[in-house]
Amino acid sequence: MESVLRIEGLHKSFDDLHVLKGIDLNIEKGDIVAIIGSSGSGKSTLLRCINFLEMPSKGRIYFKNKLIGNEIKKKNRKPQIKYKESQLCKVRTHIGMVFQQFNLFPHMTAIENVMEGLKSVLKIDKSTAKKKAKEKLEMVGMMEKADIYPSRLSGGQQQRVAIARSLAMDPEVMLFDEATSALDPELVGEVLKTMEDLSSTGMTMLIVTHEIEFAYTVSNHVIFIHEGIIHEQGTPKEIFSNPKRQRTKEFLAGFRHFEN
Amino acid sequence: MGAYNWDFLIVFQNLDVLAKGLLLTFKIAASSLVTGLIIGLVLGGMRLSKKKLLSFPAAVFVEIFRNTPALVQIMWFFYALPILLNLQVSPFMAAFLSLTMNNAAFSAEIYKAGINSIEKGQWEAGKALGMNFLKLMQRVILPQAIKRTIPAFTNRSVELTRMTSLASTIAYGELMYQGRLLSEYLYRPIEIFTTVALIYFIILYTGTIFSGLLEKRLSRSD
Repeated sequence: MESVLRIEGLHKSFDDLHVLKGIDLNIEKGDIVAIIGSSGSGKSTLLRCINFLEMPSKGRIYFKNKLIGNEIKKKNRKPQIKYKESQLCKVRTHIGMVFQQFNLFPHMTAIENVMEGLKSVLKIDKSTAKKKAKEKLEMVGMMEKADIYPSRLSGGQQQRVAIARSLAMDPEVMLFDEATSALDPELVGEVLKTMEDLSSTGMTMLIVTHEIEFAYTVSNHVIFIHEGIIHEQGTPKEIFSNPKRQRTKEFLAGFRHFEN
Repeated sequence: MGAYNWDFLIVFQNLDVLAKGLLLTFKIAASSLVTGLIIGLVLGGMRLSKKKLLSFPAAVFVEIFRNTPALVQIMWFFYALPILLNLQVSPFMAAFLSLTMNNAAFSAEIYKAGINSIEKGQWEAGKALGMNFLKLMQRVILPQAIKRTIPAFTNRSVELTRMTSLASTIAYGELMYQGRLLSEYLYRPIEIFTTVALIYFIILYTGTIFSGLLEKRLSRSD
């Protein structure tokens, strides 16, 4: 299979706090990877490093088998990777990101939000951008609200527009950073439904989530992150029905209480 | 009190002198407002930069102009600058430069506060779409920041218009200077300065009311 993202030895520290302690991961086209773990385990940081909203402290990230950044080798020193802003901007256009807080642009209507990246980054002309934006809004079921400003939309509706905004860029992979955590419980379903629909289109997805059931049914690979490393990984069945390691069992037990 | 014989007729007969001054008041106010806003945006951007090489000089500039009286600044640009640069500086140029710099310094702080008030998520959303710094500023950050700072900027332009009267001290022919000329010529300072005050009041009060209305309108659309 064709590799979309490959991560090698990824570390991230914030001053003294060592959050990611060596992550290796290969994501192939069409993979739907659920990333689970308790708060502070580093799962959001991992996602944010992948599109360089956080700069990795160490390690390599390959996008379609091409190293992001330039490796600089000096004598007697470990090779270092330098990142150029223009290269990062380019890579980010291929990696969609959906945030916990939606982060729609409040001064633009729903459809303007979806058109923005097309117009100002991809330089697509207005009418083509509009056509494409309509298509994506239709896909997330938000076409009737196209001309509404975000402040007049519910959280679930805002998140669906945010998903359409990312999709419009035709990304190779979509990152979801706790996309439903900020929503009122009754609004979670519509966003999960949208994500599920997306998964059936063959989109490659990395999903940081607390929705264990959703991870179980939608993903084909589950990663449990604990204290900055991949503690256990496998198919949903392996991880949820038959976890091998103690810490994974304890983490999942916290959710089991609520199941029948 | 009753001994004074008010005579406004003579002022009205010479109203064209004041009108000429008013025109120059508008000219100096508008030109230093617009130029100052542009320079202020650059300065504000420099202030926000993580690079010391950019932020430090901008901070020095801003603090100098915020912490010296505008009158001193005008005097300095009129008397000291020509000697330093060895060139002629007209009263308009001296007033224009000092008021522009003064306005730029205060505007830089307004921009800075406005930009800082935009949530981190907005920056991240723009970045995640692949926007570079300039696009992000132009399309996402500034439209929101400017909307939030419009009330502060309208106050700033009222303040700046009031400050232009200081240019009369270096013989720039704006409203205050024309008033002084006229009063020396007609020996009617009381009537003349009453009229001058009234003209200033009408302009500035209109500006203040306008700024209040704008503020109300902007807060409603949020």
